[in-house]
Amino acid sequence: MYENVMKSAERFKARPLGRDQKIGGMKQREDLLFMKVEQEQAVPFITWLKELGGFGHLVLFTAVDFIEQDIFQITYLLHSYEQHHDIVVLVEIDRQKAEMESIHHLWPHAATYQQELFEMFGITFPGSPRLYEDFALEGWQGPPPMRRDFDTKEYSEKTYFPRPGRVTHDPATYMKEQLYPGEAQTW
Amino acid sequence: MVGRQGSTQTAHSPKLPPVVDGVSQYDLYSGKYLKVWQGPQHPGITGNMSLELVTCGDQIVECRTHVGYLHRGFEKLMERRRYIQCFPLVCRICVPEPDFNEYLFAAGVEELAGIEIPERARWLRALTLEMARLTSFLMWIGGQTGAFGMGTIGQWTVTMRDYMLDLFEELSGGRIYHMYIIPGGVRADLPDGYAARVESTLRTIEKVLDDVELAVFHNAVFKMRTKGLGTIDPSLVETYGITGPNARGSGIARDIRKDSPYLVYDQLEFSIITATEGDAFARTWVRYQEMRQSIDLIRQMLRKMPQDGPFFTRLPNVLHWKIPAGQTYLRAECTRGEYGFYMVSDGSEFPRRVCVRGPSYTHAVALMERLSVGCNISDTAGLMVSLHTYPPEIER
Repeated sequence: MYENVMKSAERFKARPLGRDQKIGGMKQREDLLFMKVEQEQAVPFITWLKELGGFGHLVLFTAVDFIEQDIFQITYLLHSYEQHHDIVVLVEIDRQKAEMESIHHLWPHAATYQQELFEMFGITFPGSPRLYEDFALEGWQGPPPMRRDFDTKEYSEKTYFPRPGRVTHDPATYMKEQLYPGEAQTW
Repeated sequence: MVGRQGSTQTAHSPKLPPVVDGVSQYDLYSGKYLKVWQGPQHPGITGNMSLELVTCGDQIVECRTHVGYLHRGFEKLMERRRYIQCFPLVCRICVPEPDFNEYLFAAGVEELAGIEIPERARWLRALTLEMARLTSFLMWIGGQTGAFGMGTIGQWTVTMRDYMLDLFEELSGGRIYHMYIIPGGVRADLPDGYAARVESTLRTIEKVLDDVELAVFHNAVFKMRTKGLGTIDPSLVETYGITGPNARGSGIARDIRKDSPYLVYDQLEFSIITATEGDAFARTWVRYQEMRQSIDLIRQMLRKMPQDGPFFTRLPNVLHWKIPAGQTYLRAECTRGEYGFYMVSDGSEFPRRVCVRGPSYTHAVALMERLSVGCNISDTAGLMVSLHTYPPEIER
């Protein structure tokens, strides 16, 4: 199914993942191939996949934070409409120097994904249009919120202080008191 | 002020300002151009988003989509929750058809963990998904016709949607969020006599759809306003990642149910509905035909479905699930196009990352910004609804 891609993958030093061994609980689906590629070879490989490999549809473009290994995994999911199968290009980039080449020249809507990745993960894509404009988080001042080291609970406790007039009850005791006033103590 | 970088403007007419290096050269202080905000609170906006329009007279020169009025951070919230605790969250990503989220999340967990589900559960899932498609289309056609001043159609079809919600309520207990499809199968079997009640509702809907066809597709105003509006060239389909009825309206026959069949779609008889013009009228027509197709598919499923058998696989205690490390991507054909879940597990009790691919991500931002240039301002709402954009899936 992927012979064409496999032949050319060596040129880009791309290596397939988990084709023979199991990923997760079951064997990887036949129509889904994961390929890992070095950062500098990523955009040439993706360009080849789009122009010559027949993978013309950019399905998804996102990042995963692997904070333990100090890397971001950038995921490009491409689909071939001729053969109806997918290829997932995985690129690992340094978390401290989160910068990646832009692909907005290949697919215009990739600019939206890149705008979101900059906002949510702090990954920059030099040359991408409207990269520094606010996307979903208007006026956001804090660190990029989708990074693993951003603690949502700590942030909300620090930012949103308890307002006067709000009382918290233990639901079990409160309901007993409501339903059987005065008897709750004796239970 | 000069237009910002990355202008998507391509059309050239004497009214439109020149474009230099992708920057639209308009000067707001010249008095020739006016900036108008459409939304976030506007009847002609699909949900909570807004369009920043620069107009010259009543023609749109530049459009910018703004989202962020609805960001609930589902993807981040899921990283801190166990798999089963994510479950009540995922259906809330998309209100008109939450079942796709439930199905894709459940199927993702099953694929990563290697869980096989019983045959009857597959049929019941497909039935729910098809019913959700019909429900969502019934709401959409109200918006589409309402944008062109035909409010009555929406009143008819939303009533029909309510009958569908009654069926969902009977099946799952919930009208909007059903939480019916769970990892391992579905939550309950069909109630007694359910198929007959579905059939009777479908007949009522068919009668209304006949009226809708007469009132919409033979209406001179509707034809005049939608023909030629927001034409998508077939060459744009791959460049802009366009999927679903928006692509099929341009003559690109792509349907995930047919191309990469999931659940039981390979055992059903149906064909891909396409139109050639690629404008708002063609898209409306494709969606209208797909409503008829959904009705037919629901009937086929009720007929072909195994009449008994298990609908759920017994699974270990949900609070102690540890999903083996791995990643996967699942997709399904929702009313707006390709809906997908990309799931990464690191072997712990919590998902490492769940990323939702909503079709509106491309339709409402990049594509809408391109198509609306040169449009009349009064047609923006109709154009937007004809792309069936839906903001919650842009900002998950």
